[in-house]
Amino acid sequence: MTRRGVREFLATKTMRVAVYFVNSLVFLMIIGLLLKSRPILEQHTLWEMLSSDTWRPLRGQFGFFPFIVGTIEITLLSMALAVPPCLLAAIYLAEFARPRVRDALRVVIDLMAGIPSVVYGLFGVIIIVPMVREFGLLLGRHTTGYSLLAGGIILAIMVVPIITSVTTEVLLTVPVEARESTMALGATRWETVKHVVLKQGRQGVISAIVLGFARAFGETIAVMMVVGNVAKLPHSVFDPAYPLPALIANNYGEVMSIPLYDSALLFAALILLVVVGGFHLAAHLTLTRLRRGE
Amino acid sequence: MYIRRRRRIELLMKGLMITSLTVIVGVLVAIIVVILIRGGRALSLEMIFQTPKGGYYLGKGGGIANAIVGSLCLGFGAMFVSLFISLPVAFALQREYTNRTLAAVTKLALDILWGTPSIVYGAFGFVIMVFFGLHVSMLGGIIALSFLMLPIMTRAMDEIIRMVPVELKEISYSLGATKLETSVGVVFRQALPGIITGMMLAFGRGIGDAASILFTAGYTDFMPRSIFDPVASLPLAVFFQIGTPFPEVQQRAYAAALILLVIVLAVNLIARLLHHRLSRNIIR
Repeated sequence: MTRRGVREFLATKTMRVAVYFVNSLVFLMIIGLLLKSRPILEQHTLWEMLSSDTWRPLRGQFGFFPFIVGTIEITLLSMALAVPPCLLAAIYLAEFARPRVRDALRVVIDLMAGIPSVVYGLFGVIIIVPMVREFGLLLGRHTTGYSLLAGGIILAIMVVPIITSVTTEVLLTVPVEARESTMALGATRWETVKHVVLKQGRQGVISAIVLGFARAFGETIAVMMVVGNVAKLPHSVFDPAYPLPALIANNYGEVMSIPLYDSALLFAALILLVVVGGFHLAAHLTLTRLRRGE
Repeated sequence: MYIRRRRRIELLMKGLMITSLTVIVGVLVAIIVVILIRGGRALSLEMIFQTPKGGYYLGKGGGIANAIVGSLCLGFGAMFVSLFISLPVAFALQREYTNRTLAAVTKLALDILWGTPSIVYGAFGFVIMVFFGLHVSMLGGIIALSFLMLPIMTRAMDEIIRMVPVELKEISYSLGATKLETSVGVVFRQALPGIITGMMLAFGRGIGDAASILFTAGYTDFMPRSIFDPVASLPLAVFFQIGTPFPEVQQRAYAAALILLVIVLAVNLIARLLHHRLSRNIIR
């Protein structure tokens, strides 16, 4: 082989290895976390851990139920707060805004996605937590402010950029002809959006929401700073909660002395990876089908 | 009458949309303004150029130079590590190297990695460190962060590389160049601005992430000396300082957040401008 041929061969092989590495990374993570969480899976059944609500690591009781409920509740709360304004904003950007305004605002929203989560958390501690405390007092509830609601608000702010920008992108892929024919029949712009554009882009919009959901599900630091971190089932939005990611982050480092503790926390990480991975898989498949269908 | 009602609904919805957009942009502005004002008050030269002195966390003198330097080391280190994986992958995703099925599967893998929570990267990084017998160290932080950056960087690069016109590649091939020569001589040069943008975006994400380095990089009051020692970082500086009960120390969390925010926003803005500026010289 010539020198050029050898170089060519080596480069192609390197690329192949890199591609295989990326493709196997998810499986590597699942296997790594599974191996490390095997000790706890041998001692407790999966169902027992997921459904029990006693968390006493010192006595070997690892019930994930309060954390799972906390994670789901805080995520749903943040979605309820974030989705309506995001959809409205995205519709405005895609349908009503002039291209210049749209581009400028999309840059702003992209920048918002780049802000570190610890900064969101700090904003939460300074502004949102006192706000929630005042709001609680107004309703006659005594709360420190470090609560499910504060976490939900911070998460809502954090998922805004992703939901808005994906939705805008999806709505922009709806062909102009579909709009023109409806408007030619005398429909207003809003009616066109409601009956034609949203219907055509429905799957994409749902994917955007799923992506936001997945992001909210795994967010750690910002939530941890405002949510209170108490391992009990919250009874109202003013009660503190303790989502899974915060559980992992709070307890690592001091776990080595307690048997099975590290195993339990890595199992929590595995749950997060599998759930969030599943959501992303679903959203990816839908979005790819949409883009191919253009 | 009917028409009027429909117009009113139209106006109402439009009003709601503009309100939503204003609220969203308003929140962003509020975050930046709050951090600027609070952080600006607490910021001093001492904060930027000195390491913590004895009793720093009780409100005595010193600064967070160790965290600033540490964050930059972690960010650049992870950026270079992940560059060595993402660049080959981004090139391999072209049609000449990989068939459509493998390319589609790889994109799916990248999407899932992109969405993987950073705390999971932290946990996985920890598993790797235990496996190789490493302690909490800068190296551990770099490993965890480079996993986090990998999908961001690869996706950005892939998008740019795909925009290089096929005709250019065809000309190169017709002159007898090999795939590698075409990739390096033509495609790489054309895509360079995009590649740099991708690197900077990943850097911005990585330097701001706290969850993945929480138990891989650790924290220390000293300047980083070797990659096997624990290293301080800005996000964790914010996190730990706001967690102390002393108002003076909490003030410093604002200052640290301000420094972090300025770095991240600057990197993001420069990446965008650079992308704009450099792509003007590119053949389309």
